[in-house]
Amino acid sequence: MMIRFIWLCLLLVSVSAKAELTIEITQGIASSIPISIVPMKWDGATELPENIGSIVRSDLERSGHFSVLSPDDMLSHPSELEDVYFRDWRLLKQEYVVIAQIKLNGQGQYQIRYQLFDVFNEREVLTQTLTAKASQLRDIAHRISDEIYEQLTGIRGVFSTKIAYVTTNPMRTHFNLAIADSDGAREKVVMSSKYSIFSPAWSPDGKRLAYVLLEDSGSKVYVQDLATGDKQLVSANKGINSAPAFSPDGNKLALVLSKDGNPEIYVVDLTTRHWIRVTNHYAIDTEPNWMPDGQHIIFTSGRAGKPQIYRVSLESGYIERLTFEGSYNARARLAQDGRFLVMVHQSAKGEPFRIASMDLTRGLLQILTSDTFLDESPSVSPNGVMVMYAAKYNKRSILAAVSVDGDVKFLVPSKSGDVREPAWGPYLN
Amino acid sequence: MGPIFKLEYIYEFRVMSMQLNKLFALSVFSLAIMGCESTSSISDGTASTNGAVIEESQTQPIGDNGSVDVVTEERTESVADPLLEQKVIYFGYDRAEILPEFKEILNAHAKFLVANPQSSIVFEGHCDERGTVEYNLALGERRANSVKSYLIVQGVSPSQLDSVSFGEERPAMIGSEESIWSQNRRAEINYRTAVANY
Repeated sequence: MMIRFIWLCLLLVSVSAKAELTIEITQGIASSIPISIVPMKWDGATELPENIGSIVRSDLERSGHFSVLSPDDMLSHPSELEDVYFRDWRLLKQEYVVIAQIKLNGQGQYQIRYQLFDVFNEREVLTQTLTAKASQLRDIAHRISDEIYEQLTGIRGVFSTKIAYVTTNPMRTHFNLAIADSDGAREKVVMSSKYSIFSPAWSPDGKRLAYVLLEDSGSKVYVQDLATGDKQLVSANKGINSAPAFSPDGNKLALVLSKDGNPEIYVVDLTTRHWIRVTNHYAIDTEPNWMPDGQHIIFTSGRAGKPQIYRVSLESGYIERLTFEGSYNARARLAQDGRFLVMVHQSAKGEPFRIASMDLTRGLLQILTSDTFLDESPSVSPNGVMVMYAAKYNKRSILAAVSVDGDVKFLVPSKSGDVREPAWGPYLN
Repeated sequence: MGPIFKLEYIYEFRVMSMQLNKLFALSVFSLAIMGCESTSSISDGTASTNGAVIEESQTQPIGDNGSVDVVTEERTESVADPLLEQKVIYFGYDRAEILPEFKEILNAHAKFLVANPQSSIVFEGHCDERGTVEYNLALGERRANSVKSYLIVQGVSPSQLDSVSFGEERPAMIGSEESIWSQNRRAEINYRTAVANY
């Protein structure tokens, strides 16, 4: 019996396999920009550890704003301006072309020089030279994607940001909190537990993650330093300790405690450990999220009988209801400096759960998702363009993404196990 | 293919350990019952594993039928209330009110707890997977608390009752259809300590 038990324990450890996220684009925008990223010139004896051109191509494709030409369909693969025949690229209906060359410099580092051309005007739009160690080639690729994206759309790119999420086996007996690049690559498990992990929340500097661990005695809130791995217990009161959210300055945490008998929103100063109770109502109050001003918090409340989104002023305590459409609106997040709410929405009882956005100035609600099932846990990219969320798809829990305008959609299925609770990290530079 | 096999083993292991837990809980529970029985009845039965005692208790009925009847009556009344074996009650979607069909079960547990003040319960509140993780954590607590309040109204001391919410994180069954969801919207009654009142 003992041997069998040890064997089972070993199996448990071996199942903590990585999720390996992949991305399948399901919908892009109709007026996407045609762009060619020519395979980058590299004369080295050995193959490069990362294919930068291919990473940039998939980054831009995934954004939905670009239609990227396959290298096989190109008429030539130039790496110098004099080899770029604009007429050829016009023939291929390309609006932009990127060429690049990679060299090894004296310090054993890679030097990447790339140029972005406007095909119609036959004009150079952007030139950059970047230097990196072998381990940073992927970072450099995402950086190039960010620069091109911003140059051509006017919006800051988020390809260099990270996402946090939770993976679990189907029987829910093992949980990993992981972080990865925004394309799912380079997954790193930062916490493993036999207990459920949920509601990961990034600190604004991207150095810490707050999350909930649901132990046998109940839920507890921890903050973990990502560099050191040290985890600090923030709240283990009687009842619920949950739904952490960092304030915009990173010094405070909004969270939910039910120590007084009922879930209420609290704010704790992480340095002084001074607690403030924000809400006081017999209904469920949960899922706090800070407005960019740091003076208001939006939250979910059941005070009207069904969950709806409210906003509270920390200064005056004044509470205002924000959502009126639908029977279930919960877990709201803000996009584009607080102009949009993104949330879980059910239009009427029995209807599917969808991700919806609401323009707070005009009060218009738009349902964004349609192909997935039980959509939940929306998290907005720092540029306010994309929403990553968790859903059921082919009986598995997967991550998916949709743009705040609903035009771009992609799925992020995992090769093994279930993935839940995405949290899109902040800009890191 | 490897991991799939492993998962099945884990599932088996988990089910096995759940069954063991149940067995353990049952045996603790029956110990508790035996304990309270020994206070109300006079002498026999408690050490029934011992062969000699069994012989004694078997010989007694031949001498005096009447006393046997009294003993059996006590057994059915205070010990074998089958409702006490039911330790899960279910809820409507997004609701935390106790449905009328489960009141009888809760009444039985309330009666037991009143009679056995050393015994205590932890209520676990659970939800189905629909709705948000955090809202469900709160809803699970409401379910656990509504059972707790009901038992307090039935006269159970609050010190005997505790609650914890597991939200949608520990489903009884895995799947995405109403027949499974209805099994997951539940409160579980867990006896925390054995009664040792003999």
